[in-house]
Amino acid sequence: MSKVLEYSPTKAFEQQVRENAIDSNVTVSMGPQHPSTHGVLRLEVVLDGETVVSATPDIGYLHTGMEKIMETKKYQQNITITDRMDYLNPMGNNLGYVMCVEKLLDIVDDIPPRAQVIRVMLVELQRIASHMVWLGTHALDIGAMSMFFYCFREREKILNIFEAICGGRMTVSFFRVGGLPYDIPDFVPGMIKEFCDNFPAALKEYDTLLTGNKIYQGRARGVGIITAENAIAWGVTGPSLRGSGHDFDIRRYFPYCGYETYDFDVPVEKDCDVFARYMVRMRELKESHKIVLQTLDRLKPGPVKADTPKICLPDREVMLKQMDALIHHFLLAGLGFKVPPGEAYHAIEGSKGEYGVYIISDGSEHPYRVHVRGPSFVNLQALPIMAKGEMIADTVAIIGSLDIVLGEIDR
Amino acid sequence: MSEDALTKAEDPISEDVQLEKKTPLQQVVFITKDKFGDVIGEVLEKLGETSIFVKRESIVDVCRFLRDEEKFLFNLLSDIAGVDLGIEADPRFEVNYHLTSLPKRMLIRLKVRVSEEDCNVPTVVEVWPTANWLEREVFDLLGVRFEGHPDLRKILTPDDLEGHPLRKDFPLRGY
Repeated sequence: MSKVLEYSPTKAFEQQVRENAIDSNVTVSMGPQHPSTHGVLRLEVVLDGETVVSATPDIGYLHTGMEKIMETKKYQQNITITDRMDYLNPMGNNLGYVMCVEKLLDIVDDIPPRAQVIRVMLVELQRIASHMVWLGTHALDIGAMSMFFYCFREREKILNIFEAICGGRMTVSFFRVGGLPYDIPDFVPGMIKEFCDNFPAALKEYDTLLTGNKIYQGRARGVGIITAENAIAWGVTGPSLRGSGHDFDIRRYFPYCGYETYDFDVPVEKDCDVFARYMVRMRELKESHKIVLQTLDRLKPGPVKADTPKICLPDREVMLKQMDALIHHFLLAGLGFKVPPGEAYHAIEGSKGEYGVYIISDGSEHPYRVHVRGPSFVNLQALPIMAKGEMIADTVAIIGSLDIVLGEIDR
Repeated sequence: MSEDALTKAEDPISEDVQLEKKTPLQQVVFITKDKFGDVIGEVLEKLGETSIFVKRESIVDVCRFLRDEEKFLFNLLSDIAGVDLGIEADPRFEVNYHLTSLPKRMLIRLKVRVSEEDCNVPTVVEVWPTANWLEREVFDLLGVRFEGHPDLRKILTPDDLEGHPLRKDFPLRGY
Protein backbone atom coordinates (compact mmCIF):
# COMPACT_ATOMS: atom_id res chain seq x y z
CA MET A 1 0.00 0.00 0.00
CA SER A 2 2.68 2.48 1.04
CA LYS A 3 4.84 1.43 -1.87
CA VAL A 4 2.73 3.53 -4.22
CA LEU A 5 4.22 6.65 -2.70
CA GLU A 6 7.82 5.52 -3.12
CA TYR A 7 10.13 8.12 -4.59
CA SER A 8 13.76 9.06 -4.10
CA PRO A 9 14.17 12.67 -2.98
CA THR A 10 17.49 14.43 -2.99
CA LYS A 11 19.33 14.63 0.31
CA ALA A 12 18.73 18.34 0.72
CA PHE A 13 15.03 17.91 0.14
CA GLU A 14 14.90 15.06 2.59
CA GLN A 15 16.64 17.19 5.19
CA GLN A 16 14.16 19.98 4.59
CA VAL A 17 11.21 17.65 4.97
CA ARG A 18 12.62 16.16 8.16
CA GLU A 19 13.12 19.52 9.79
CA ASN A 20 9.69 20.83 8.97
CA ALA A 21 7.87 17.56 9.31
CA ILE A 22 4.84 17.44 11.49
CA ASP A 23 3.57 14.10 12.67
CA SER A 24 1.12 13.16 9.97
CA ASN A 25 -0.33 10.24 11.93
CA VAL A 26 -3.90 10.56 13.07
CA THR A 27 -5.39 8.53 15.91
CA VAL A 28 -8.95 7.44 15.39
CA SER A 29 -11.14 5.73 17.94
CA MET A 30 -13.22 3.12 16.16
CA GLY A 31 -16.12 1.95 18.28
CA PRO A 32 -17.37 0.94 20.80
CA GLN A 33 -20.60 1.91 19.04
CA HIS A 34 -19.53 0.99 15.55
CA PRO A 35 -21.68 -1.40 13.55
CA SER A 36 -18.77 -3.30 12.06
CA THR A 37 -17.08 -4.10 15.36
CA HIS A 38 -19.67 -6.80 16.15
CA GLY A 39 -20.56 -5.54 19.59
CA VAL A 40 -18.74 -3.22 21.92
CA LEU A 41 -15.18 -3.44 20.69
CA ARG A 42 -13.13 -0.28 20.56
CA LEU A 43 -10.13 -0.03 18.29
CA GLU A 44 -7.57 2.69 18.72
CA VAL A 45 -6.28 3.02 15.19
CA VAL A 46 -3.26 5.15 14.30
CA LEU A 47 -3.52 6.15 10.65
CA ASP A 48 -1.06 7.50 8.15
CA GLY A 49 -3.40 8.71 5.48
CA GLU A 50 -5.65 5.71 5.04
CA THR A 51 -3.01 3.16 6.04
CA VAL A 52 -3.15 1.58 9.46
CA VAL A 53 0.08 2.13 11.39
CA SER A 54 -1.14 0.34 14.47
CA ALA A 55 -4.44 -0.91 15.81
CA THR A 56 -4.94 -1.51 19.52
CA PRO A 57 -8.10 -3.30 20.62
CA ASP A 58 -9.70 -2.03 23.80
CA ILE A 59 -12.06 -4.54 25.38
CA GLY A 60 -13.94 -5.02 28.61
CA TYR A 61 -17.11 -3.03 27.95
CA LEU A 62 -19.24 -6.15 28.44
CA HIS A 63 -17.39 -7.57 31.43
CA THR A 64 -19.93 -9.04 33.83
CA GLY A 65 -17.71 -11.19 35.99
CA MET A 66 -19.14 -14.50 34.83
CA GLU A 67 -16.21 -16.50 36.21
CA LYS A 68 -16.77 -14.93 39.62
CA ILE A 69 -20.50 -15.65 39.51
CA MET A 70 -19.82 -19.26 38.57
CA GLU A 71 -17.85 -19.75 41.78
CA THR A 72 -20.98 -19.07 43.82
CA LYS A 73 -23.49 -21.14 41.82
CA LYS A 74 -23.94 -24.88 41.82
CA TYR A 75 -22.48 -26.96 39.02
CA GLN A 76 -25.76 -27.45 37.18
CA GLN A 77 -26.75 -23.78 37.53
CA ASN A 78 -23.61 -22.65 35.72
CA ILE A 79 -24.79 -24.22 32.46
CA THR A 80 -27.09 -21.25 31.96
CA ILE A 81 -24.19 -18.84 32.40
CA THR A 82 -22.12 -20.50 29.68
CA ASP A 83 -24.98 -19.81 27.23
CA ARG A 84 -24.41 -16.12 27.64
CA MET A 85 -20.69 -16.16 26.89
CA ASP A 86 -20.56 -16.88 23.20
CA TYR A 87 -24.21 -16.23 22.50
CA LEU A 88 -23.90 -17.45 18.91
CA ASN A 89 -22.61 -20.85 20.00
CA PRO A 90 -24.50 -21.72 23.21
CA MET A 91 -24.70 -25.47 22.51
CA GLY A 92 -20.94 -25.64 22.10
CA ASN A 93 -20.36 -23.72 25.33
CA ASN A 94 -22.76 -26.03 27.19
CA LEU A 95 -20.91 -29.04 25.83
CA GLY A 96 -17.48 -27.76 26.83
CA TYR A 97 -18.64 -27.02 30.34
CA VAL A 98 -20.60 -30.21 31.02
CA MET A 99 -17.84 -32.38 29.55
CA CYS A 100 -15.32 -30.76 31.88
CA VAL A 101 -17.55 -31.49 34.90
CA GLU A 102 -18.06 -35.04 33.61
CA LYS A 103 -14.31 -35.42 33.42
CA LEU A 104 -14.02 -34.35 37.07
CA LEU A 105 -16.77 -36.79 38.06
CA ASP A 106 -15.11 -39.46 35.92
CA ILE A 107 -18.34 -40.39 34.11
CA VAL A 108 -17.21 -39.49 30.58
CA ASP A 109 -17.56 -43.11 29.45
CA ASP A 110 -21.00 -43.52 31.03
CA ILE A 111 -22.79 -41.09 28.72
CA PRO A 112 -25.28 -43.18 26.70
CA PRO A 113 -24.77 -43.35 22.92
CA ARG A 114 -28.06 -41.65 22.11
CA ALA A 115 -27.10 -38.64 24.23
CA GLN A 116 -23.71 -38.50 22.50
CA VAL A 117 -25.31 -38.57 19.05
CA ILE A 118 -27.83 -35.85 19.94
CA ARG A 119 -25.03 -33.74 21.40
CA VAL A 120 -23.00 -33.98 18.21
CA MET A 121 -26.09 -33.26 16.11
CA LEU A 122 -27.03 -30.13 18.03
CA VAL A 123 -23.47 -28.84 18.26
CA GLU A 124 -23.03 -29.18 14.50
CA LEU A 125 -26.37 -27.46 13.86
CA GLN A 126 -25.20 -24.71 16.15
CA ARG A 127 -21.97 -24.44 14.19
CA ILE A 128 -24.00 -23.91 11.04
CA ALA A 129 -26.14 -21.26 12.79
CA SER A 130 -23.05 -19.51 14.11
CA HIS A 131 -21.38 -19.51 10.71
CA MET A 132 -24.60 -18.14 9.21
CA VAL A 133 -24.43 -15.09 11.48
CA TRP A 134 -20.74 -14.71 10.68
CA LEU A 135 -21.38 -14.92 6.93
CA GLY A 136 -24.28 -12.46 7.05
CA THR A 137 -22.50 -9.86 9.15
CA HIS A 138 -19.16 -10.25 7.40
CA ALA A 139 -20.82 -9.66 4.03
CA LEU A 140 -22.79 -6.77 5.50
CA ASP A 141 -19.59 -5.12 6.72
CA ILE A 142 -18.15 -5.34 3.25
CA GLY A 143 -21.28 -3.96 1.65
CA ALA A 144 -23.13 -7.00 0.34
CA MET A 145 -26.36 -6.42 2.15
CA SER A 146 -28.60 -9.10 0.66
CA MET A 147 -26.41 -11.89 2.09
CA PHE A 148 -27.56 -10.92 5.54
CA PHE A 149 -31.21 -11.75 4.81
CA TYR A 150 -30.46 -15.05 3.11
CA CYS A 151 -28.22 -16.15 5.98
CA PHE A 152 -30.66 -15.25 8.71
CA ARG A 153 -33.35 -17.19 6.85
CA GLU A 154 -31.37 -20.43 7.32
CA ARG A 155 -30.38 -19.55 10.86
CA GLU A 156 -34.01 -18.98 11.73
CA LYS A 157 -34.80 -22.57 10.74
CA ILE A 158 -32.13 -23.89 13.10
CA LEU A 159 -33.32 -21.67 15.93
CA ASN A 160 -36.85 -23.01 15.34
CA ILE A 161 -35.49 -26.53 15.75
CA PHE A 162 -33.84 -25.52 19.03
CA GLU A 163 -37.06 -23.90 20.16
CA ALA A 164 -38.95 -27.10 19.46
CA ILE A 165 -36.40 -29.07 21.48
CA CYS A 166 -35.94 -26.97 24.58
CA GLY A 167 -38.02 -23.80 24.33
CA GLY A 168 -35.03 -21.50 24.09
CA ARG A 169 -33.72 -20.08 20.86
CA MET A 170 -30.43 -18.50 21.80
CA THR A 171 -30.02 -19.41 25.46
CA VAL A 172 -30.68 -23.10 25.12
CA SER A 173 -29.05 -24.66 28.26
CA PHE A 174 -29.95 -28.06 26.87
CA PHE A 175 -27.01 -30.22 27.94
CA ARG A 176 -26.74 -31.56 31.47
CA VAL A 177 -23.95 -33.17 33.39
CA GLY A 178 -24.47 -36.85 32.60
CA GLY A 179 -26.39 -36.48 29.35
CA LEU A 180 -29.48 -34.51 28.38
CA PRO A 181 -32.38 -33.33 30.56
CA TYR A 182 -34.92 -35.22 28.41
CA ASP A 183 -35.19 -36.83 25.02
CA ILE A 184 -35.81 -34.68 21.95
CA PRO A 185 -39.45 -34.65 20.71
CA ASP A 186 -40.35 -37.25 18.04
CA PHE A 187 -40.95 -34.73 15.27
CA VAL A 188 -37.57 -33.01 15.63
CA PRO A 189 -35.53 -35.46 13.49
CA GLY A 190 -38.06 -34.75 10.72
CA MET A 191 -37.48 -31.01 11.08
CA ILE A 192 -33.73 -31.53 10.95
CA LYS A 193 -34.06 -33.77 7.91
CA GLU A 194 -36.10 -31.11 6.15
CA PHE A 195 -33.51 -28.48 7.00
CA CYS A 196 -30.71 -30.71 5.74
CA ASP A 197 -32.57 -31.34 2.48
CA ASN A 198 -32.85 -27.63 1.76
CA PHE A 199 -29.45 -26.57 3.03
CA PRO A 200 -27.29 -27.50 -0.01
CA ALA A 201 -29.48 -25.28 -2.19
CA ALA A 202 -29.01 -22.41 0.24
CA LEU A 203 -25.25 -22.97 0.24
CA LYS A 204 -25.29 -22.77 -3.53
CA GLU A 205 -27.09 -19.44 -3.28
CA TYR A 206 -24.39 -18.08 -0.99
CA ASP A 207 -21.73 -19.26 -3.38
CA THR A 208 -23.33 -17.49 -6.32
CA LEU A 209 -23.88 -14.34 -4.27
CA LEU A 210 -20.47 -13.97 -2.73
CA THR A 211 -17.76 -16.53 -3.48
CA GLY A 212 -17.40 -15.71 -7.15
CA ASN A 213 -18.22 -12.06 -6.64
CA LYS A 214 -15.41 -9.90 -8.13
CA ILE A 215 -16.00 -7.05 -5.69
CA TYR A 216 -15.87 -9.37 -2.70
CA GLN A 217 -12.74 -11.08 -3.98
CA GLY A 218 -11.12 -7.70 -4.50
CA ARG A 219 -11.84 -6.81 -0.89
CA ALA A 220 -10.83 -10.16 0.57
CA ARG A 221 -7.88 -11.53 -1.37
CA GLY A 222 -4.42 -10.65 -0.07
CA VAL A 223 -5.82 -8.77 2.92
CA GLY A 224 -5.04 -9.48 6.57
CA ILE A 225 -2.29 -11.99 6.08
CA ILE A 226 -0.99 -14.07 8.97
CA THR A 227 1.29 -17.07 8.50
CA ALA A 228 0.62 -20.39 10.22
CA GLU A 229 3.69 -20.05 12.52
CA ASN A 230 2.61 -16.57 13.53
CA ALA A 231 -0.97 -17.67 14.03
CA ILE A 232 0.06 -20.51 16.35
CA ALA A 233 2.43 -18.26 18.27
CA TRP A 234 -0.44 -15.81 18.77
CA GLY A 235 -2.74 -18.65 19.84
CA VAL A 236 -5.13 -18.35 16.90
CA THR A 237 -7.26 -21.50 16.59
CA GLY A 238 -10.31 -22.70 14.72
CA PRO A 239 -11.21 -21.67 11.16
CA SER A 240 -8.92 -18.65 11.42
CA LEU A 241 -5.90 -20.92 11.89
CA ARG A 242 -7.06 -23.38 9.25
CA GLY A 243 -7.21 -20.46 6.82
CA SER A 244 -3.46 -20.16 7.35
CA GLY A 245 -2.77 -23.71 6.27
CA HIS A 246 -2.63 -25.63 9.56
CA ASP A 247 -5.13 -28.44 10.06
CA PHE A 248 -5.54 -28.15 13.85
CA ASP A 249 -9.08 -29.19 14.67
CA ILE A 250 -9.78 -30.55 18.15
CA ARG A 251 -12.42 -32.89 16.73
CA ARG A 252 -9.52 -34.64 14.97
CA TYR A 253 -6.59 -34.02 17.30
CA PHE A 254 -8.29 -34.82 20.61
CA PRO A 255 -11.62 -36.43 19.66
CA TYR A 256 -14.55 -36.21 22.07
CA CYS A 257 -18.20 -37.30 21.89
CA GLY A 258 -17.27 -39.96 19.35
CA TYR A 259 -16.16 -37.54 16.63
CA GLU A 260 -13.49 -40.04 15.57
CA THR A 261 -16.26 -42.29 14.23
CA TYR A 262 -17.80 -39.66 11.95
CA ASP A 263 -16.75 -39.19 8.38
CA PHE A 264 -15.84 -35.57 7.71
CA ASP A 265 -12.98 -33.53 6.32
CA VAL A 266 -11.13 -30.69 7.95
CA PRO A 267 -11.02 -27.89 5.37
CA VAL A 268 -7.67 -26.15 5.10
CA GLU A 269 -6.74 -23.19 2.89
CA LYS A 270 -3.21 -21.98 2.31
CA ASP A 271 -3.59 -18.31 1.36
CA CYS A 272 -3.58 -16.94 4.94
CA ASP A 273 -5.85 -14.03 3.97
CA VAL A 274 -9.47 -13.00 4.56
CA PHE A 275 -10.63 -14.97 1.55
CA ALA A 276 -8.94 -18.16 2.80
CA ARG A 277 -10.67 -17.85 6.16
CA TYR A 278 -13.93 -17.24 4.31
CA MET A 279 -13.45 -20.35 2.19
CA VAL A 280 -12.61 -22.50 5.23
CA ARG A 281 -15.87 -21.54 6.90
CA MET A 282 -17.89 -22.04 3.72
CA ARG A 283 -16.43 -25.52 3.33
CA GLU A 284 -16.98 -26.23 7.01
CA LEU A 285 -20.67 -25.61 6.53
CA LYS A 286 -20.74 -28.52 4.10
CA GLU A 287 -18.85 -30.75 6.53
CA SER A 288 -21.18 -29.88 9.42
CA HIS A 289 -24.12 -30.66 7.16
CA LYS A 290 -22.52 -34.03 6.42
CA ILE A 291 -22.09 -34.78 10.13
CA VAL A 292 -25.70 -33.84 10.94
CA LEU A 293 -26.92 -36.27 8.26
CA GLN A 294 -24.78 -39.03 9.77
CA THR A 295 -26.14 -38.37 13.25
CA LEU A 296 -29.70 -38.69 11.92
CA ASP A 297 -28.86 -42.21 10.72
CA ARG A 298 -27.35 -43.11 14.07
CA LEU A 299 -30.31 -42.04 16.22
CA LYS A 300 -31.31 -45.26 17.96
CA PRO A 301 -33.82 -45.41 20.81
CA GLY A 302 -32.24 -45.53 24.23
CA PRO A 303 -31.65 -43.59 27.41
CA VAL A 304 -30.31 -40.04 27.25
CA LYS A 305 -28.98 -39.89 30.81
CA ALA A 306 -26.13 -41.71 32.42
CA ASP A 307 -27.14 -44.22 35.07
CA THR A 308 -26.01 -41.96 37.89
CA PRO A 309 -29.05 -41.09 40.05
CA LYS A 310 -26.97 -38.87 42.33
CA ILE A 311 -25.99 -36.61 39.43
CA CYS A 312 -28.82 -36.69 36.87
CA LEU A 313 -32.32 -35.57 37.76
CA PRO A 314 -34.84 -38.44 37.45
CA ASP A 315 -37.52 -38.37 34.77
CA ARG A 316 -40.72 -36.67 35.82
CA GLU A 317 -42.95 -39.78 35.62
CA VAL A 318 -40.47 -41.87 37.58
CA MET A 319 -40.12 -39.17 40.17
CA LEU A 320 -43.89 -39.09 40.76
CA LYS A 321 -44.07 -42.84 41.36
CA GLN A 322 -40.86 -43.90 43.07
CA MET A 323 -39.75 -42.88 46.51
CA ASP A 324 -35.97 -43.00 45.96
CA ALA A 325 -36.29 -41.01 42.73
CA LEU A 326 -38.26 -38.38 44.64
CA ILE A 327 -35.56 -38.18 47.29
CA HIS A 328 -32.84 -37.84 44.66
CA HIS A 329 -34.83 -35.16 42.89
CA PHE A 330 -35.30 -33.25 46.12
CA LEU A 331 -31.64 -33.43 47.04
CA LEU A 332 -30.37 -32.61 43.55
CA ALA A 333 -32.67 -29.63 43.08
CA GLY A 334 -32.09 -28.32 46.56
CA LEU A 335 -28.47 -29.07 47.30
CA GLY A 336 -26.88 -30.07 44.02
CA PHE A 337 -24.26 -32.78 43.64
CA LYS A 338 -20.77 -32.89 45.02
CA VAL A 339 -17.77 -33.19 42.75
CA PRO A 340 -14.59 -34.90 44.00
CA PRO A 341 -11.65 -32.54 44.53
CA GLY A 342 -9.40 -32.12 41.54
CA GLU A 343 -8.91 -30.10 38.44
CA ALA A 344 -9.64 -30.65 34.77
CA TYR A 345 -9.19 -28.81 31.51
CA HIS A 346 -11.39 -29.80 28.62
CA ALA A 347 -11.28 -28.22 25.21
CA ILE A 348 -13.77 -28.63 22.39
CA GLU A 349 -13.83 -27.26 18.88
CA GLY A 350 -16.27 -24.39 19.14
CA SER A 351 -17.47 -22.60 16.05
CA LYS A 352 -14.69 -20.03 16.50
CA GLY A 353 -11.83 -22.14 17.78
CA GLU A 354 -10.62 -23.92 20.87
CA TYR A 355 -13.19 -23.42 23.60
CA GLY A 356 -11.53 -24.64 26.78
CA VAL A 357 -12.97 -24.88 30.27
CA TYR A 358 -10.75 -25.28 33.31
CA ILE A 359 -12.49 -26.19 36.55
CA ILE A 360 -11.02 -26.64 40.00
CA SER A 361 -13.19 -28.48 42.48
CA ASP A 362 -12.73 -28.45 46.25
CA GLY A 363 -15.22 -31.24 46.84
CA SER A 364 -18.31 -29.10 47.39
CA GLU A 365 -21.38 -28.39 45.24
CA HIS A 366 -19.85 -25.20 43.88
CA PRO A 367 -16.83 -25.05 41.62
CA TYR A 368 -13.86 -23.48 43.37
CA ARG A 369 -12.69 -21.80 40.21
CA VAL A 370 -13.88 -21.83 36.61
CA HIS A 371 -11.77 -20.40 33.85
CA VAL A 372 -12.91 -20.21 30.27
CA ARG A 373 -10.53 -20.01 27.37
CA GLY A 374 -12.59 -18.12 24.83
CA PRO A 375 -11.43 -18.51 21.24
CA SER A 376 -12.59 -15.00 20.35
CA PHE A 377 -10.52 -13.50 23.16
CA VAL A 378 -7.33 -15.08 21.93
CA ASN A 379 -8.04 -14.69 18.22
CA LEU A 380 -8.73 -10.97 18.58
CA GLN A 381 -5.23 -10.53 19.97
CA ALA A 382 -3.83 -11.27 16.51
CA LEU A 383 -5.81 -8.43 14.93
CA PRO A 384 -3.01 -5.80 15.24
CA ILE A 385 -0.65 -8.13 13.34
CA MET A 386 -3.14 -8.64 10.54
CA ALA A 387 -4.29 -5.04 10.31
CA LYS A 388 -0.86 -3.41 10.29
CA GLY A 389 -0.12 -1.84 6.92
CA GLU A 390 -3.63 -2.40 5.55
CA MET A 391 -6.20 0.22 4.65
CA ILE A 392 -8.66 1.31 7.33
CA ALA A 393 -11.56 -0.11 5.33
CA ASP A 394 -9.83 -3.49 5.30
CA THR A 395 -9.71 -3.55 9.11
CA VAL A 396 -13.45 -4.08 8.98
CA ALA A 397 -13.02 -7.04 6.65
CA ILE A 398 -10.32 -8.51 8.92
CA ILE A 399 -12.46 -8.21 12.07
CA GLY A 400 -15.24 -9.92 10.15
CA SER A 401 -12.96 -12.73 9.03
CA LEU A 402 -11.87 -13.43 12.63
CA ASP A 403 -15.49 -14.00 13.66
CA ILE A 404 -15.40 -12.57 17.17
CA VAL A 405 -18.17 -12.39 19.75
CA LEU A 406 -17.70 -9.77 22.43
CA GLY A 407 -19.79 -11.64 24.97
CA GLU A 408 -17.10 -14.27 25.11
CA ILE A 409 -14.16 -11.88 24.97
CA ASP A 410 -15.30 -9.83 27.94
CA ARG A 411 -17.11 -12.59 29.86
CA MET B 1 14.91 -59.98 18.08
CA SER B 2 18.58 -60.71 18.67
CA GLU B 3 19.94 -61.91 21.99
CA ASP B 4 21.63 -58.59 22.73
CA ALA B 5 18.42 -56.65 22.37
CA LEU B 6 16.62 -59.03 24.72
CA THR B 7 19.13 -58.61 27.50
CA LYS B 8 19.05 -54.87 27.01
CA ALA B 9 15.27 -54.78 27.32
CA GLU B 10 15.38 -56.63 30.62
CA ASP B 11 18.10 -54.46 32.05
CA PRO B 12 16.41 -52.08 34.51
CA ILE B 13 19.33 -49.65 34.61
CA SER B 14 19.25 -48.76 30.93
CA GLU B 15 17.53 -45.37 30.77
CA ASP B 16 16.74 -45.47 27.09
CA VAL B 17 14.65 -48.58 27.48
CA GLN B 18 12.94 -47.16 30.54
CA LEU B 19 12.07 -44.13 28.50
CA GLU B 20 10.56 -46.19 25.72
CA LYS B 21 8.20 -47.91 28.14
CA LYS B 22 6.69 -44.62 29.27
CA THR B 23 3.79 -42.82 27.64
CA PRO B 24 4.72 -39.68 25.68
CA LEU B 25 3.65 -37.43 28.56
CA GLN B 26 5.69 -39.42 31.07
CA GLN B 27 8.64 -39.04 28.72
CA VAL B 28 8.13 -35.28 28.76
CA VAL B 29 8.20 -35.26 32.55
CA PHE B 30 11.20 -37.59 32.66
CA ILE B 31 13.29 -35.60 30.19
CA THR B 32 12.34 -32.24 31.71
CA LYS B 33 13.22 -33.48 35.21
CA ASP B 34 16.48 -34.82 33.90
CA LYS B 35 17.32 -31.47 32.35
CA PHE B 36 16.20 -29.09 35.11
CA GLY B 37 16.49 -31.15 38.30
CA ASP B 38 15.31 -29.34 41.42
CA VAL B 39 13.40 -26.70 39.51
CA ILE B 40 10.70 -29.26 38.77
CA GLY B 41 8.62 -29.97 41.83
CA GLU B 42 5.75 -32.36 42.31
CA VAL B 43 4.20 -34.04 39.29
CA LEU B 44 0.48 -34.83 39.37
CA GLU B 45 -1.13 -37.38 37.09
CA LYS B 46 -4.87 -37.34 37.56
CA LEU B 47 -7.87 -37.80 35.26
CA GLY B 48 -5.54 -38.35 32.34
CA GLU B 49 -3.91 -34.95 32.76
CA THR B 50 -0.35 -34.24 33.80
CA SER B 51 0.55 -31.21 35.87
CA ILE B 52 4.09 -30.15 36.71
CA PHE B 53 4.96 -27.73 39.48
CA VAL B 54 7.73 -25.41 38.35
CA LYS B 55 9.72 -22.95 40.43
CA ARG B 56 8.87 -19.40 39.53
CA GLU B 57 12.39 -18.32 38.59
CA SER B 58 12.77 -20.90 35.84
CA ILE B 59 9.30 -20.89 34.28
CA VAL B 60 10.57 -19.08 31.17
CA ASP B 61 13.43 -21.53 30.68
CA VAL B 62 11.16 -24.55 31.15
CA CYS B 63 8.59 -23.10 28.73
CA ARG B 64 11.23 -22.39 26.12
CA PHE B 65 12.65 -25.88 26.51
CA LEU B 66 9.22 -27.49 26.15
CA ARG B 67 8.51 -25.41 23.05
CA ASP B 68 11.81 -26.03 21.29
CA GLU B 69 12.73 -29.61 22.25
CA GLU B 70 12.13 -31.74 19.19
CA LYS B 71 10.50 -34.55 21.12
CA PHE B 72 7.67 -32.36 22.49
CA LEU B 73 7.24 -29.13 20.49
CA PHE B 74 4.60 -27.55 22.71
CA ASN B 75 4.05 -24.74 20.24
CA LEU B 76 0.58 -23.58 21.30
CA LEU B 77 -0.07 -21.90 24.62
CA SER B 78 -3.76 -22.68 25.02
CA ASP B 79 -4.52 -20.91 28.23
CA ILE B 80 -3.21 -19.20 31.34
CA ALA B 81 -5.50 -19.47 34.34
CA GLY B 82 -4.82 -17.78 37.63
CA VAL B 83 -6.22 -19.21 40.85
CA ASP B 84 -6.60 -17.75 44.32
CA LEU B 85 -5.98 -20.70 46.62
CA GLY B 86 -7.63 -19.00 49.60
CA ILE B 87 -7.06 -15.97 51.81
CA GLU B 88 -5.20 -18.01 54.43
CA ALA B 89 -3.22 -20.13 52.01
CA ASP B 90 0.47 -19.62 51.53
CA PRO B 91 1.52 -19.49 48.72
CA ARG B 92 -1.76 -17.84 47.87
CA PHE B 93 -1.75 -17.66 44.10
CA GLU B 94 -1.29 -20.26 41.43
CA VAL B 95 -0.80 -19.65 37.73
CA ASN B 96 -1.64 -22.57 35.40
CA TYR B 97 -0.20 -22.76 31.90
CA HIS B 98 -1.97 -25.14 29.54
CA LEU B 99 0.35 -26.11 26.71
CA THR B 100 -0.66 -27.99 23.58
CA SER B 101 1.74 -29.74 21.27
CA LEU B 102 0.20 -29.72 17.82
CA PRO B 103 2.82 -31.98 16.16
CA LYS B 104 2.72 -34.61 18.95
CA ARG B 105 -0.93 -34.16 19.93
CA MET B 106 -0.58 -33.87 23.69
CA LEU B 107 -1.47 -31.50 26.48
CA ILE B 108 0.41 -30.60 29.64
CA ARG B 109 -0.12 -28.20 32.51
CA LEU B 110 2.56 -26.19 34.25
CA LYS B 111 1.90 -24.72 37.67
CA VAL B 112 3.65 -21.84 39.38
CA ARG B 113 2.80 -20.80 42.92
CA VAL B 114 3.55 -17.42 44.42
CA SER B 115 2.84 -15.87 47.79
CA GLU B 116 0.71 -12.78 48.30
CA GLU B 117 3.56 -10.55 49.51
CA ASP B 118 5.65 -11.23 46.44
CA CYS B 119 3.23 -12.14 43.67
CA ASN B 120 5.53 -11.73 40.71
CA VAL B 121 5.91 -14.23 37.91
CA PRO B 122 8.33 -13.81 34.98
CA THR B 123 6.42 -13.28 31.77
CA VAL B 124 6.42 -15.87 28.98
CA VAL B 125 5.54 -13.32 26.28
CA GLU B 126 8.94 -13.91 24.67
CA VAL B 127 8.14 -17.58 24.29
CA TRP B 128 4.56 -17.24 23.09
CA PRO B 129 3.29 -13.76 22.15
CA THR B 130 -0.25 -14.93 22.92
CA ALA B 131 0.64 -14.82 26.61
CA ASN B 132 0.30 -11.04 26.39
CA TRP B 133 -3.46 -10.78 26.88
CA LEU B 134 -3.74 -13.98 28.90
CA GLU B 135 -1.29 -12.58 31.46
CA ARG B 136 -2.99 -9.21 31.43
CA GLU B 137 -6.23 -10.98 32.30
CA VAL B 138 -4.63 -12.76 35.26
CA PHE B 139 -3.08 -9.48 36.40
CA ASP B 140 -6.40 -7.66 36.12
CA LEU B 141 -8.58 -10.23 37.84
CA LEU B 142 -6.15 -11.62 40.43
CA GLY B 143 -3.43 -9.04 40.85
CA VAL B 144 -0.51 -11.32 40.00
CA ARG B 145 2.18 -9.18 38.37
CA PHE B 146 4.17 -10.46 35.42
CA GLU B 147 7.75 -9.25 35.45
CA GLY B 148 9.03 -8.02 32.11
CA HIS B 149 5.59 -7.89 30.50
CA PRO B 150 5.66 -5.28 27.71
CA ASP B 151 2.20 -3.84 28.37
CA LEU B 152 0.86 -4.81 31.78
CA ARG B 153 -2.42 -2.87 31.95
CA LYS B 154 -5.94 -3.71 33.07
CA ILE B 155 -7.85 -5.45 30.32
CA LEU B 156 -11.37 -6.39 31.39
CA THR B 157 -12.37 -4.30 34.40
CA PRO B 158 -12.92 -0.52 34.25
CA ASP B 159 -9.96 1.72 34.97
CA ASP B 160 -11.50 3.14 38.14
CA LEU B 161 -12.19 -0.24 39.75
CA GLU B 162 -9.93 -0.90 42.69
CA GLY B 163 -9.09 -4.43 43.68
CA HIS B 164 -9.04 -7.69 41.80
CA PRO B 165 -12.46 -9.34 41.39
CA LEU B 166 -11.41 -12.99 41.31
CA ARG B 167 -9.66 -12.83 44.66
CA LYS B 168 -11.65 -14.71 47.26
CA ASP B 169 -11.88 -11.66 49.54
CA PHE B 170 -13.49 -9.51 46.85
CA PRO B 171 -17.21 -9.22 47.63
CA LEU B 172 -19.64 -10.67 45.11
CA ARG B 173 -22.24 -7.96 45.66
CA GLY B 174 -22.46 -4.52 47.21
CA TYR B 175 -19.41 -3.19 45.48
